[in-house]
Amino acid sequence: MAKVLMKGNEAVGKAAIEAGCRYFFGYPITPQSEVPEYLSSELPKVGGVFVQAESEVAAINMVYGAAGAGARVLTSSSSPGIALKQEGIGYISNAGLPAVIINMMRGGPGLGTIQPGQADYNMTVKGGSNGDYHDIVLAPASVQEAVDMVMEAFDLADYYGTPVIVLADGLIGQMMEPVEFNYVCKKELAPKTWALTGKGDGEKHMIQNLVIEPDECEAWNKSHFEKYAVIEANEQAWEEYLMEDAEYAFVSYGTSSRIVRSAISYLREAGYKVGMIRPKTLWPFPAKAFEKLDKKIKKYMDVEMSMGQMVQDVAYACNDKNKIEFYGRTGGVVPAVDEIVEFGKRVMGGDK
Amino acid sequence: MAVVFQKTKALTDVKLHYCPGCAHGIVHRLVAEALEELGEDKNAIAAVPVGCSVFANKYFNFDAIQCAHGRAPATATGIKRVHPDKIVLTYQGDGDLASIGTAEIIHAAARGEKITTIFINNGIYGMTGGQMAPTTLPGMKATTAKAGRDPKINGNPIRVCEMLSTLDGPVYIERVSVSTPAQVTQAKRAIKKALEIQRQGLGFTFVEVVSTCPTNWGLTPVKSMEFVREKMIPYYPLGVYKDITAEEGK
Amino acid sequence: MAKGRVTINETLCKGCELCVSVCPKHVLQLSTTKINASGYNPAEVVNDDCIACTSCAKMCPDCAITVEKLD
Repeated sequence: MAKVLMKGNEAVGKAAIEAGCRYFFGYPITPQSEVPEYLSSELPKVGGVFVQAESEVAAINMVYGAAGAGARVLTSSSSPGIALKQEGIGYISNAGLPAVIINMMRGGPGLGTIQPGQADYNMTVKGGSNGDYHDIVLAPASVQEAVDMVMEAFDLADYYGTPVIVLADGLIGQMMEPVEFNYVCKKELAPKTWALTGKGDGEKHMIQNLVIEPDECEAWNKSHFEKYAVIEANEQAWEEYLMEDAEYAFVSYGTSSRIVRSAISYLREAGYKVGMIRPKTLWPFPAKAFEKLDKKIKKYMDVEMSMGQMVQDVAYACNDKNKIEFYGRTGGVVPAVDEIVEFGKRVMGGDK
Repeated sequence: MAVVFQKTKALTDVKLHYCPGCAHGIVHRLVAEALEELGEDKNAIAAVPVGCSVFANKYFNFDAIQCAHGRAPATATGIKRVHPDKIVLTYQGDGDLASIGTAEIIHAAARGEKITTIFINNGIYGMTGGQMAPTTLPGMKATTAKAGRDPKINGNPIRVCEMLSTLDGPVYIERVSVSTPAQVTQAKRAIKKALEIQRQGLGFTFVEVVSTCPTNWGLTPVKSMEFVREKMIPYYPLGVYKDITAEEGK
Repeated sequence: MAKGRVTINETLCKGCELCVSVCPKHVLQLSTTKINASGYNPAEVVNDDCIACTSCAKMCPDCAITVEKLD
């Protein structure tokens, strides 16, 4: 398929359809409203269903039902809307159901701003609902990567039986880039024999969320954590950029990693041996990337569009908080390249 | 010699956990009997609530999902949109449906989702221990309205059938009760009709059952049924609030 | 002469007395001697006047009652 120029929000909608998703339940919110707008016209063309729910709360619970019924199902929103969806995300996680959730992040907290942000890392990666659980979190840095990750998200969700959250931001949602839809599933997916379909002549199916006996609830949770251990072992993903000879490493994801990439070219020109580790999965966090680099890197320079959320995972992964420096902008401000260059020089020791 | 009444196969053999005399057991049975008589129990999927009937999935001998508090109509919407050929129903109490889930029930009804909602109105929060419900009658005591509900302080009860019947989405709305054998017979007729209308794909159907909570009302089961007749039904009148099948037949 | 027969599943019965309250022929009452495993006095049949009207079974929240019509 030839590359086409698409806006991020529309491209992720098309990616979902290409991945076989036929059900979308959502609610408008800036800066992701083009996702429901696009799917409201495109899903019916392929026999799919689009429902504009009365709220994000209702939308995620429609997703819970459709996922329980065995369908590939999508919802999307932006930060305050994702906050509203947290209850339902927890229920879907607890029931071990597959679903894909796109968050085109904006600045917060509360109503915040409509400009891009990355301050939902903690809510998304650390679990914004109650209880012990994880969701797989993918962090695209381009429209193409958002497309690939949305398509992969459906496979990961079905394979592991878990919600997968694609954590992008308003900038990726709003900008246009050339994309193609070439993702091919590499996983062997089992039929959904557990789904709610009416029992027919077989045994009835139940999707359970209340496990009232504490011993049973603990065993239930532990069974989830056995699954999470497999995901942590198999699904960590990251990009290493100019890390071969690097003495210093930026750590950044999504939109902020694009600015860091530009800053690195200036810093390299100025003689700094600096590269970047770019997590592509935020949960599982790519700790493996840090294990092999640990001794060689003098400082990790974490850059985020937040007041510092991923930085705690970086500190944990490199096992030395004294090696961590942080630079962030918040409230919808996207850092400029020269800010990152200055930050890098400050950490790495003046002009070369 | 012929058996004229025995337990429906659309209920499991799991012993009900409800308090003695709780009418949930009666309504569970009516839903199951109606589905079995329609031949749809093998084709049914129930969305069950948070509240005393959170374990309804253990008693219904058909597919079921436990929903978040108040969200059963949204979850049922998701199921029905994936399986339009299945019978999808929600079973909800008054705290679940008329308080925390008000938005979900109104919008499922307004969209005309082709599902059936069975709404149990006993005017109290049962599972959490007798707190005031959106349907608690004025003057009725609750653990969060110890002197009795005072509309000046606690607001007024919500009459759900009347409210939903103003919408264009629902096609059948009836309020019934189960305080006498005759009412039980009528309640079953209403539930069966609602499910039959769903099977025909005509739209959203809703049956409210004025019910009891002997434990939290502090009354015996028999006295609770009397309370339904003397206090609850005058405030929540029984009858058909909407029926487009009757209108079409005129 | 009984026209019907009511059978109470004493294990399921919670002694709520709803069946007793609706029986037009006063066929049922709660046992004053038996206590079931759950600690309830189950309903029991006390006369032969059953007419198989099924009122008791309709009101039973625990599906503890079977009714037969006798020829």
